[in-house]
Amino acid sequence: MIASDLSPAFRLPRLGAFVLLLLAPLLSGCGFNTIPTAEEKAKAAWSEVLNQYQRRADLIPNLVETVKGYAAQEREVLEAVVEARAKATQPQIQVTPEQLSDPEAFKAFQEGQAGLTGALSRLLAVVENYPDLKSNQNFLALQAQLEGTENRIAVARRDYIEAVRVYNTSLRTFPSLLWAKFWFTSNEPFANFTVEEDKMEVPKVDFGTKQGG
Amino acid sequence: MMLAAGSRSTGVCARLLSALVFLAVAFAPAFAADLLPLTGRVVDQAGMIDAATEALLTSKLEAFEQKSSDQIVVATMNSLGGDTIEDFANRQFRAWGLGQAGENNGILLLVAKDDRKMRIEVGYGLEGTLTDLHSKLIIENTMVPAFRAGDFSGGISRAVDDIILVLEGNAAELEARAERNQDQTAEQIDWAVVLFITIWATLFFGGFLMAILAPIFGRKLGPNRYRWLGMDITIGGGSSGGSRSSGSSSWSSGSSSGGGFSGGGGSSGGGGASGGW
Repeated sequence: MIASDLSPAFRLPRLGAFVLLLLAPLLSGCGFNTIPTAEEKAKAAWSEVLNQYQRRADLIPNLVETVKGYAAQEREVLEAVVEARAKATQPQIQVTPEQLSDPEAFKAFQEGQAGLTGALSRLLAVVENYPDLKSNQNFLALQAQLEGTENRIAVARRDYIEAVRVYNTSLRTFPSLLWAKFWFTSNEPFANFTVEEDKMEVPKVDFGTKQGG
Repeated sequence: MMLAAGSRSTGVCARLLSALVFLAVAFAPAFAADLLPLTGRVVDQAGMIDAATEALLTSKLEAFEQKSSDQIVVATMNSLGGDTIEDFANRQFRAWGLGQAGENNGILLLVAKDDRKMRIEVGYGLEGTLTDLHSKLIIENTMVPAFRAGDFSGGISRAVDDIILVLEGNAAELEARAERNQDQTAEQIDWAVVLFITIWATLFFGGFLMAILAPIFGRKLGPNRYRWLGMDITIGGGSSGGSRSSGSSSWSSGSSSGGGFSGGGGSSGGGGASGGW
């Protein structure tokens, strides 16, 4: 359990070490844990974003098949969705949690998903012209799932934005800034979804509806 | 939630950091509509539900929570103020923390009167039972027709019945969930656990402390034997490292008893469906 024979000469250093041991948690209270905690949180939030985007990609083949059954003549729109899905899910533009500090990779991923969002909304706009399809139970189910997934993506993105904001703040503010400078020197700020990119998607969708419908 | 990283650590510096984070939060874009206060299981800000239905719903939802630990809250509001109902419902859900912590078994039925929109927001834990499609069907087939006819109380009441029906449909899961969250009513068990752990920890860490402090402050009697504070202490005797089995204290934050109703700390990731009338 503990070293046995202690000559008096060893008592004082031992006491000092003990006091230091007691103080160690206080030291970490000054922000040592802040950066790794925030980083892991941001990575977890990113995994959830990926998870929900993947869920959306998984729904698409079924959706395309169902729409084909009623609106085969809308080949262009359907192909655009399939193409956008293939583009968004290609492995080279996937962003693993380790690559989050790479803004280029993040942008490529973001663009791929935005393209899919645009193609999907064009498809759903075209569907408005097919009342039979709209009342099809299978399609209704898919639509409900797709809506739910889009909403989950929005929530996951919002959580990620918050988590990254906290993490990036911890890298740039005192006192955790000191730890970032002297200890976590390889930690870099993560790329984040910006409001501009978010807003850019919306007009794209609107133009798409007018052309498609 | 975002303050957690700052407030978890202690010390003045951490407090400074969390203050900075708080400032950043304060200057984040202001949200359009204010969150509602959780006044009960039925929060009728827009005055869409008549008194009799409200009382009935409250008792029904309370009974259901007793049975299953699932927390269902019905809320009506006047205006979203430009916000989307999905966004508002999710923020409201998380602010209230519906459902038990760790179980996330809450459901929020939200109606925005002026925007003519409604949403069923489902906590993480119930997404598999009350799926997006179920929520959509309840909204489209039960709520929308009643709302169009102006029967808000009836529509909401029947929607709640439907939600409970779906949740009860998975009876085995329902019972298992209720059992897992049973101990929240028995407060005295918690005290017993706390007492047990306190005594146990005192013995364990006290002994540990003795072993460390006795050689430092005590008087040596022989090999591994010291006298300190009038006690003879032998170190490293027969005591091998005892197995550390700490009785996990089930710490439940949501007390649902009595009149005051509060969320159990659950969260939602945007499951459910929305609609309009």
